[in-house]
Amino acid sequence: MVPYILLALVIVAVVGYMVGRSRALSAAGSNISSLHSRPAYHGGFVAILASVPGIVLAVLWAALAGRVMNSIVRSEFGRELATMDVPQVEAFLRDAKAIAFGGVVGFRDETKERAAELYQSMQSISDIALLVVVAVIAALGFFYAMSRVSQSYRARHFVEKFVMAVLVACSAVAILTTIGIVLSLVFESIRFFQKVPLFDFLFGYHWSPQSAYEGAGGGGDVDNSRVFGAIPLFTGTFLITLIAITVAAPLGLMSAIYMADYAGPRFRSVAKPVLEVLAGIPTVVYGFFAALTVAPAIRGWGESIGLSVSSESALAAGLVMGIMIIPFVLSLSDDVINSVPQSLRDGSYAMGATKSETIRRVVLPAALPGIVSALLLAISRAVGETMIVVMAAGLAANLTFNPLEAVTTVTVQIVTLLVGDQEFDSAKTLAAFALGLVLFVITLCLNVIALRVVQKYREQYD
Amino acid sequence: MNMLTTKQQEDVLSKMTPNPVKISGKDVCVFYGEKQALFDVNLDIPERQVTALIGPSGCGKSTFLRCLNRMNDTIDICRVEGHISLDDKNIYDRDIDVVELRARVGMVFQKPNPFPKSIFENIAYGPRIHGLVRSKSDLEEVVETSLQRAGLFDEVKDRLHEAGTGLSGGQQQRLCIARAIAVSPEVILMDEPCSALDPIATAKVEELIDELRENYTIVIVTHSMQQAARVSQQTAMFHLGNLVEIGDTDTIFTNPTDQKTKDYITGRYG
Repeated sequence: MVPYILLALVIVAVVGYMVGRSRALSAAGSNISSLHSRPAYHGGFVAILASVPGIVLAVLWAALAGRVMNSIVRSEFGRELATMDVPQVEAFLRDAKAIAFGGVVGFRDETKERAAELYQSMQSISDIALLVVVAVIAALGFFYAMSRVSQSYRARHFVEKFVMAVLVACSAVAILTTIGIVLSLVFESIRFFQKVPLFDFLFGYHWSPQSAYEGAGGGGDVDNSRVFGAIPLFTGTFLITLIAITVAAPLGLMSAIYMADYAGPRFRSVAKPVLEVLAGIPTVVYGFFAALTVAPAIRGWGESIGLSVSSESALAAGLVMGIMIIPFVLSLSDDVINSVPQSLRDGSYAMGATKSETIRRVVLPAALPGIVSALLLAISRAVGETMIVVMAAGLAANLTFNPLEAVTTVTVQIVTLLVGDQEFDSAKTLAAFALGLVLFVITLCLNVIALRVVQKYREQYD
Repeated sequence: MNMLTTKQQEDVLSKMTPNPVKISGKDVCVFYGEKQALFDVNLDIPERQVTALIGPSGCGKSTFLRCLNRMNDTIDICRVEGHISLDDKNIYDRDIDVVELRARVGMVFQKPNPFPKSIFENIAYGPRIHGLVRSKSDLEEVVETSLQRAGLFDEVKDRLHEAGTGLSGGQQQRLCIARAIAVSPEVILMDEPCSALDPIATAKVEELIDELRENYTIVIVTHSMQQAARVSQQTAMFHLGNLVEIGDTDTIFTNPTDQKTKDYITGRYG
C-alpha cells in the first residue's frame, strides 16, 4: 500500500507544481515582474506543502506499523505466548505473518491461524487509516499553499529553506550513522572490558581467544582473560603496515614525481587509466597473488640462501599490500605535486636549477604536507586491509618482528572471531568489538594527524 | 607596413648605443606550436643599461624576454629560431649549458614567487645549487650582500629565518630580486616586476632598478609607460609579434617616429 501512496504523492507534487505555477502567473496579471518570487518557486512551494508531509508520514508509518502490530498480537495472545521462550515467540510471530501475507510457513496450528487473521484485519485497517490521513494532510497542505500564492508571497525563501533542510537531513544521515556505529562499538567494548580488564587486553602478550572457553564448559572463568592479550595483533598489524608503506611510499612517490613533472601528456593519458585499473583490483585477487605467487617465491628464495621461511609470512602480505596501495599514494601525490604553482618551478629554473634540483628542493618541500597526508591515508588503508593478510600472512598470533614468520593482524582476528555460529555475549565475540574500537581509534588518529599536517602547512605558497 | 627593416634597425642601434652590446638578437622568430608569436626581431641590448620592452598585451614582449635565458625551453610546444647571443656567443648553440646560462641571466617574475622557505634559504638557494660558497660564513655574507643590494636587508635582518612568504608583496618582489642577485648574474630580466605591487612598493623597486644598473644589464617588460620612461635608457616597442620601434627612451617618448608607438604611449590605443 505504502508504495502506491508514495507514487500518488509524487503525482500530487507534479500537479501541485503546475497548478501553483499557473496560479502565480494569473496572480501576476500582465506584469510578471510584480511577483516577489518567480512562478516556478510558487509551484515548488505548493508541490512541497502538498506532498512532503504525506511522504514523511507514509515512510514513518511503514517503519513503525509492523512493530505496533507485533506488540498488539503479543498482548492479544499473551496467554499462549507466556509458556514460550524468546526464539519460539519470534517463530510464532514469523509464522503468523507468513500465513497472513504469504511466505514460507514453518508449521501451522490453530493459534497461529487466529493470529494471522488478526494481522490481516490490522493491516487493512492500517492501510485505510494511512490512506485517509495522508489524503487529508495532502489536501490541507495543497489548499493552504494555494491560498498563500500571491504577488507578494515570498515563495523563493520558503523553497530555499526547504532545499537547505533537505541537504542538512542528508548530511545528518551520514553523521548519525557514523555516531551509531561508534556507539555500538563503544557499548559492546564496555561489555567486553567488564569481562576482560582493559590492561590485560591492551598489554597482554598472549592471544588465543579460541581456547578461552573450550573444554571447560564456559562460564565463571576470570583466569582466561589472559588469552586476550592484543599485543601480538598490534605488532603484526604494525609489521605488515610498515612493510607495505616501505614498498609503497618510495615507489608511489617517485612514480608520482615522474608522472607530474617528467612524463609527456601521451604517457600520462595511458598511465592514469592503467593505474585506475590497478586501484580497481579486488583485494581478494591481491590475496590470491600474495598466497599463491609471492609467498612461495619468498619461501623458495629464503630456502636457497638457507633461511627458514614459513609458507605464510608477513613479508609476502606486506609486499603485496604495498603494491595494492601504490595507486593510492601515487594518485594523491600526483595531484599534490601538480598543484604546486608553476611560478615556483619557474623561479627555480630561472636561478639555473636543474629539474631534479627543482623537484628536490622546491617542489617536494612545497608539496610535503599533501604528500604526508597521502601517506597517512595510505597507512590507514593498509591498517584496515584484511583479505591479503588472511590469505598470505596466516592466523597465528605470533609475537615477532621477524617478517619471515606468520603473523596476524587486528582485522583478520575480527573476522575469525565473528565467523561461524557465535553467541554474542561471550568474551570471545565481544573481543571483536574491542579490537574494532582500537582499530577505529588508530585510523581516526592517523586521519586527524593528516588533516592537521595539511592545515598547518597549507598556506605556505599561494 | 611601417615595420623597420633589419637594415634600418641596425642603423638606429649603432647610432644610439654608447655602451657595448651585451645581448644581441638577430632574426628571432618564436612559434608556439603552429602559431608564430615573434617575427624576425632584431634587438641589441647594451651593457649596464635598462632596456624597457613595451607594447600592448600579447605583442610578444614577454616571449622575447623569456628567450633571453631560454625559459621558453620549459614550454614543450615552444620553438625558437634565429640567433640570440650573449657576449657574442649564441645561447641556443648545442654546447651551451642552460644551467650556466641562467646563472648568468637571472629573472624576476610578474608575481612575486618566493619559495616556501625562510628568507635566508630563499637567497641561499642559488649559491648552494651552483656551489658558489664553501663555508657557512661565506653563505651568510652572500645573503647579506644580496639583501643589501636589493635594499631589503634593514627591513628583514631580524627575521632572516622566518618564512619569505610572510613578507608584504613589495618586500617579496625585492626578495626575488635579491635571490636573483645572489648568484652574481650579468643580466637581470624582469617580467612586469611591479604589476602586482602598490605605488609605494613600485617606487621602491624602480629605485632599486636604477641602482642595479651600475652593475647589471637589465631588461624589463612593463605595461606602464611612466615606468618605462622613469627607469629605462632604451625602449623597444612591440606590436603583434613585431619590433615596431627601438631607440633612446627620451626620443621614443618625446618624438616617436612610428605612428603606432605614438598612439600607444599617448594612450590612444592598446
